[in-house]
Amino acid sequence: MKASIFITCICDSMFPQVGQAMVRVLEKLGVTLDFPPDQTCCGQPALSSGYWEYARPVAETMLAAFRDSKYVVAPAGSCITAVKEYYPLLFADNPEQYRQAKELSAKIYEFSEFVVRILNKQDVGARFPHRVTYHSSCHARRFLNTDKYVQLLLSNVKEIDFVPLPHEEACCGFGGTFSVKLPEISEAMVDEKARNILETKADVLVGVDLSCLMNIDGRLKKQKSDIRVMHVAELLDEGLRT
Amino acid sequence: MSERPTLHLRDRTVKALKDDQMRQAVRKAVDRLSGNKDKAARELPNWEDWREQTKLIRQHTVNHLDYYLKLLTDNVRKAGGKVYFAPGPEDARQIITGLCKQYGAKKIVKSKSMVTEEIHLNKALEAAGMDVIESDLAEYILQLAGETPSHIIVPAIHKNRQQIAELFSKAAGEKVEPDTPALTAFARKVLRNKFMTADVGITGCNFAVAETGSITLVTNEGNARLTTALPRVVISVMGMERVIPTFEDLEAVLSMLPRNATGQKLTSYVSVINGPRKPDDIDGCEKFHLVIVDNGRSRMLADEEFRQALHCIRCGACFNVCPVYRQIGGHAYGSVYGGPIGSVITPMLEGDLEFWGELSYASTLCAACTTACPAKIPLQDLLFKLRQRRVSAGHTQAFEKFAFGMWKRFFKLPSTYKFAMKAASLGQKPLVNNGYITAKLPLLANWTNSRYMRAAADTTFRDEWKKRKK
Repeated sequence: MKASIFITCICDSMFPQVGQAMVRVLEKLGVTLDFPPDQTCCGQPALSSGYWEYARPVAETMLAAFRDSKYVVAPAGSCITAVKEYYPLLFADNPEQYRQAKELSAKIYEFSEFVVRILNKQDVGARFPHRVTYHSSCHARRFLNTDKYVQLLLSNVKEIDFVPLPHEEACCGFGGTFSVKLPEISEAMVDEKARNILETKADVLVGVDLSCLMNIDGRLKKQKSDIRVMHVAELLDEGLRT
Repeated sequence: MSERPTLHLRDRTVKALKDDQMRQAVRKAVDRLSGNKDKAARELPNWEDWREQTKLIRQHTVNHLDYYLKLLTDNVRKAGGKVYFAPGPEDARQIITGLCKQYGAKKIVKSKSMVTEEIHLNKALEAAGMDVIESDLAEYILQLAGETPSHIIVPAIHKNRQQIAELFSKAAGEKVEPDTPALTAFARKVLRNKFMTADVGITGCNFAVAETGSITLVTNEGNARLTTALPRVVISVMGMERVIPTFEDLEAVLSMLPRNATGQKLTSYVSVINGPRKPDDIDGCEKFHLVIVDNGRSRMLADEEFRQALHCIRCGACFNVCPVYRQIGGHAYGSVYGGPIGSVITPMLEGDLEFWGELSYASTLCAACTTACPAKIPLQDLLFKLRQRRVSAGHTQAFEKFAFGMWKRFFKLPSTYKFAMKAASLGQKPLVNNGYITAKLPLLANWTNSRYMRAAADTTFRDEWKKRKK
């Protein structure tokens, strides 16, 4: 099985260890990975802020970088949603690019969906003896519908003490430029999210979207909380190594 | 046109966020409402089929609105009513005040209606010397408080029982206890008298059934029934998209409206009025008038993308799941319609992307609204498109435009992208503390005031990958 990594700009620059964990887990499951070097960013920051003309040339890097890939796997539900939901709109007036966008949409997968659906693995053999709660990211939940894959993977982790997060479906308040355009609402939202997380008394918060996790982690750290915030690939990777 | 708030969106939200009492009341209410709705959705088999059916009914009607409005108009006239078409708020106010004057009305009783909020009717009637009273309990509370609805279904959602008791006590001139029976008993006493003595009853319209010319009103208090049964003259006011083709369609949309709004299978009252009283009717009005209001709806109808926002059945489900509404309540939107649907339709109804289009940013694009909508309106997509239209029309902030311009320059090529990442990693060095930027610096303060900022790693994933492959 061959697949290409779409690392996403956030993971590339701020969370390279998540990318490495994803690589280790996928390679352990027998995937041969490559990294198309021409990728940069999906374009979502500009796209969702209304700057489509600026987003388009950046989104074009995606169409070019993954043209020859059979599968593309990424540690971020939101960036994949940009490709699947927004690229058809962005490239609506260019049939050739529209077609390429549709091709990419059909072969790009969020990490947990790739493991469960494409690799057909529900139990990767990880052991993780910690109290864990899960934040369900909006785009992964509502557009990609991948919650069930994460839940499956987590439920098969040995010795995990999983505790559901109250209001797990509530947005964390990131929303890209929303978080700096209307920072006070964003703070109120992430504060409520952090309170719900603290209430679970979990040691670890896990998720599938680094932008949400960056936001929640930033709030928890500011509040001096020592809850670990992890991507599901990191959790599985650590669980495979201990 | 709606009156514009004096503050900009962000300042309005900052103000709202300081109102702890309001926020607590809103959180409590939306949790209850959306919890009840989820329960109702689980109880009804094939929920998604019901949503699809609602969408199809609304889509068909809106796509053939000219046909159904004509049919409705013909049938209202056949039933003995009169029909008026108001292009804008001023026309609507003139028609309605004109009718009230014509009947020599002194006292007017109203049942809940958002479209009359849209046209600022009460002010016009009062200016014409008439005494207007809202008969929906929540609207009555707001009338006493001198406020506007902050939710389309639960207008006084932002008020708690204590505040309501204070308002009632002031109106009564004696203490009214802050418990539900005492509060409703007081309102009942006041309102009964108003119903009995009103010259004209003014209602909104949940759905107008074209095939029969019937106006359908749903309430839990029965106030729409009294508003339409007791006064001699009844004027119903409807947004021009409130029409549906048949009674069979009514059954479908009435199955969805209360379930999505409050989780009820059916509201306590469903009132259907079919023109004025017929010779063998035991009650009803003597004169019936229907005012159909456009107020920007034609503009939406002509817009291929935004036409679907007219499919709305005004259940408020999108308010109840919206994480932004949850924090700021309805007044911070500054518009007659708040919440996700309000952010979509206000710029369209007003034809104003610059000022009202700002509402499209009052969303994280989390799509909870899209998922909740019983008519499957892709609210999140429409907010997304509004932003694009606003930027395309040139309504941008110079700094933001500059920042995205720079972003594009660096991110459209792998080489410049790598350079930017390296520059960020080196440039941030003096600010990084344990992997985070914590200082509240000018450009970062909007983030760092409430959160630590994750620092860029020394080595990117792609550089690590290159090393590993060597």
